[in-house]
Amino acid sequence: MARMKFLCDADRCIECNACVTACKNEHEVPWGINRRRVVTIADGKPGERSVSMACMHCTDAPCAAVCPVNCFYTTADGVVLHSKDLCIGCGYCFYACPFGAPQYPKVGNFGSRGKMDKCTYCAGGPEADGSKEEYEKYGANRLAEGKLPLCAEMCSTKSLLAGDGEIIAQIYRERVLKRGYGSGAWGWKTAYRETIES
Amino acid sequence: MSSFARFIRPAIGAWALLLLIMTAPAPSLAQQINPTASSVNERQLLQEMDRIQGRVSIPDQRSSVLMQPAGREWREFRNVALRWIGGVAMLGMLAVLVIFYLTRGMVRLESGRSGRTIVRFNTYERVVHWMTATCFVILAISGLNITFGRPLLLPLIGFDAFSEWSQWAKFAHNYLSFPFTIGVVLIFLMWIGGNIPNKLDLEWIKRGGGLIGHDHPPARRFNAGQKGIYWIVVIGGGLVAVTGYQLMFPFYVSGIEGMQIAQIVHSVVAVLFIAAMLAHIYIGTIGMEGAFEAMGSGEVDVNWAREHHSLWLDQELARSGPNDSQPRPRHAASAAE
Repeated sequence: MARMKFLCDADRCIECNACVTACKNEHEVPWGINRRRVVTIADGKPGERSVSMACMHCTDAPCAAVCPVNCFYTTADGVVLHSKDLCIGCGYCFYACPFGAPQYPKVGNFGSRGKMDKCTYCAGGPEADGSKEEYEKYGANRLAEGKLPLCAEMCSTKSLLAGDGEIIAQIYRERVLKRGYGSGAWGWKTAYRETIES
Repeated sequence: MSSFARFIRPAIGAWALLLLIMTAPAPSLAQQINPTASSVNERQLLQEMDRIQGRVSIPDQRSSVLMQPAGREWREFRNVALRWIGGVAMLGMLAVLVIFYLTRGMVRLESGRSGRTIVRFNTYERVVHWMTATCFVILAISGLNITFGRPLLLPLIGFDAFSEWSQWAKFAHNYLSFPFTIGVVLIFLMWIGGNIPNKLDLEWIKRGGGLIGHDHPPARRFNAGQKGIYWIVVIGGGLVAVTGYQLMFPFYVSGIEGMQIAQIVHSVVAVLFIAAMLAHIYIGTIGMEGAFEAMGSGEVDVNWAREHHSLWLDQELARSGPNDSQPRPRHAASAAE
């Protein structure tokens, strides 16, 4: 079985934010929530890099480990999903996540944050694949249709890669070999406890 | 000599020119080969800051933190350390209380009941106490559910029921924090007068507070043990309130790392608070004869007061007489305070 991962080649990201827009549109993500974002480090200085980041679907995911109601589950493809029916909006996943992925629909205080929302790797949720309920809660389930996440699919510079971890790591390795440099797979050490040697 | 100089001068010039040509283009060539040599580096950034922050063009500026692996330590605390601290503190206290009850038994009224009573806590004090106590019990149960519910309760009742219950417990936890905080503030204000530690407390502690043996060290309105409980409530309650509100209002006070620290302080103080309150509940109910009445009806037996709060009783009696068989009018009772 494939182990799905994201890989952002920071040396190719041009901070166009197409991945962010594609994600918002594909899943009709509510106002104020960004399942994916592009962060520019050392902006305007020599050596600046932009990295597109969303939920990394970690190995031994911290969110799943700390959830008080155990609403997370990992699919056979290694995608970390959660049930909004079980989520109580406590905010614990959000303290544990290294990537700032969990978001809450209400900027709300008094603990009325609402159900947590995050990147689903375009794989929906626990409801029946492609059902109306699934779409309303989690957005499109492209994986069930045999498609990869839209953010990576439409990345204009092919900086953002999505797919089986082995394959995208191989693509990245070949790139680095060909052009002679690479700043590494951002977040991989934290998410998967491994890096791609380049 | 001059012919030799004529020969060597162009030779030196040619050498110098060659050296210049060879060294000059070298640095620019290296830069073209590896542009990442001077770029930001993930490993280096994480070593420097323990997190990576940049700039985002979306309105949500909090999302500018790209990575903060510190959540891993927090996870370890929440899933392992906190369960040990809480388990040892609460079960340990429970065990101590059971052993104490079985060996020492209830602290009896040695001189028996006199039949005369004296007002110990007026209606206002009792209302504040029970409001805070009720909130505390619900806050404690709903809080423990967050830490211990998943391993202990979830397997028993299943996902749906457990989520439903936890959702209500969370709302109760968040909203009852307000009356609880008010209660803690009122307790702080109304009993601060009798709770300043003094020399009498040392004497009381030295003599085992009457818990060990059958001694009755003198005490004013609050003895050293009660002062301890008072300060646990005021300081512990203050800490859980402050950290709790910080978690309830995310990003008002701090970012994620601040909230992780707040959760650690909140939960550790809370489990220790619960352990202390187990002892408080014990001594106020089955642990001591005649003690519950102080917070129940508000009036204690004069003999109880003489045994446990001799100096306070003398003071009260000097001001006004004890309640003889007839109940006194309410306003007089409050005046006695």
